Amino acid sequence: MSTDVKAAVDAAFRDEWGRIVATLIRTTGDWDLAEECAQDAFAMALQRWPKDGIPGRPGAWLTTAARNRAIDVLRRKAVGAAKLREVAAMSPPPEPGPVFGTETDHSGVPDDRLRLMFTCCHPALSLEARVALTLRTLAGLTTAEIARAFLASEPTMAKRLVRAKQKIQHAGIPYRVPPAHLLPERTPGVLGVLYLLFNEGYSATAGADLVRQNLSAEAIRLARVLARLMPDEPEVAGLLALMLLHDARRGARLDAAGDLITLEDQDRALWDGAEISEGVAILEAALRLGRPGPYQVQAAIAACHATAPTADHTDWPQIAALYGRLLEFLPTPVVELNHAVAVGMARGPMAGLELVEALAAAGKLAGYHLLPATRADFLRRLGRMPEAAAAYRETLELTSTDAERRYLNRRLAETSGQA
Amino acid sequence: MRYLLLICGDESAAAHAEDGCGGWTEDMQERGLLRATGGLRPPTEARTVRVRRRKLLLSDGPFAETKEQIAGFCIIECADLDEAVQAAARHPAAGYGTIEIRPFSS
Repeated sequence: MSTDVKAAVDAAFRDEWGRIVATLIRTTGDWDLAEECAQDAFAMALQRWPKDGIPGRPGAWLTTAARNRAIDVLRRKAVGAAKLREVAAMSPPPEPGPVFGTETDHSGVPDDRLRLMFTCCHPALSLEARVALTLRTLAGLTTAEIARAFLASEPTMAKRLVRAKQKIQHAGIPYRVPPAHLLPERTPGVLGVLYLLFNEGYSATAGADLVRQNLSAEAIRLARVLARLMPDEPEVAGLLALMLLHDARRGARLDAAGDLITLEDQDRALWDGAEISEGVAILEAALRLGRPGPYQVQAAIAACHATAPTADHTDWPQIAALYGRLLEFLPTPVVELNHAVAVGMARGPMAGLELVEALAAAGKLAGYHLLPATRADFLRRLGRMPEAAAAYRETLELTSTDAERRYLNRRLAETSGQA
Repeated sequence: MRYLLLICGDESAAAHAEDGCGGWTEDMQERGLLRATGGLRPPTEARTVRVRRRKLLLSDGPFAETKEQIAGFCIIECADLDEAVQAAARHPAAGYGTIEIRPFSS
């Protein structure tokens, strides 16, 4: 097969899979049938396109093929005429290009992917089930790929998917975008699943399975779709911006040995400038809507780092202020610790140390290695070496990864040497 | 879809036994969503029946010894789980006890 056809099918798969599955689920009400027919349509494309040529509108060709396949299957199952008419009326994607506008039974441009996202991320499903369903139905990953990405066996993952689909059916989880008054409580659930997917991929080490590394790209792709479908939700754009700004630094994050390189030591020439500009532009457009939220604030923090020409040019007062703002949305001890770090950079180690000591005194984050690590860093910068060394030792006891232990041992040698 | 709402509470919920449902029942009836409803006497008055090897085994009290007790139930008809959740959330008992939503097997 020519590489052209292979590339065309791959591109169509990325662009059309989720849309075709989502529409078939709506018209047939049958999740398994929808996946099977979508799969068959792509298999047919691989057979036919090399002979017949790549169709002018691959999405329309695939939609029609999948729809016809569904009609065949339903005919054989002898379902009623009404259902058949509904499936037959399933429209190919509108031309040209991406759909702007929200989900829509009214605007005439149906995009069922939004329903599918909200259903896959319904709070009645376990988080694991939400993640697996999203990857299977919206991103088109195979069960085997999802299993590999989450280090589960294939039968375990298959069972998880079957149970999730059964629960949707048996519990009556609706296949629709929640009404406006429920959106504020339900949208964060969808964003949470996408961000989790992104982080799973982002934290994957260089040696990790490629499927796992690709989770970030899948998450960004789905966030782009969601941002197009919900243009009035600044937090959706905020999440997309946040992902892009993190992803832009991907190439500079690990050294040759696969160890993490801290932000300040990264080679900024390796950052993806185009991705940073896109992230910043998306964030600015979102902020203009005047409804800030935790993703927008986190993206703003990431933008401060990403746009600083050198580590020394980092706008720490701004970052400290943003962490203060983030605490209003996410009042968690981890955010408090990050706030303390930023304050320490903006106003000096004494100011940061006071915040960290307050956190420690409140018993928050006990056992979390970054708490003594941050304390140690402030103490070292204040020249209080014996205390710093003690804090580094405490950190070492809580740290399990080799790379972090190597770093800490270096610091410990520095501080105890001068003690 | 049909859902069973199990109204549960710990012993402190007994204080609400005579509260009534603050118009919830009437509202649900008006919408045509309520199929059945009832409040229950406390579990201390329960009898539990099992038949094993053709022998009737009777015991006092509820089958499961849990802190949460079933104080009442409703059977409602809703389009989907989201509607059932909203209906349950409007029930006054959701404010002091818990309401378990169980879809009927079709």
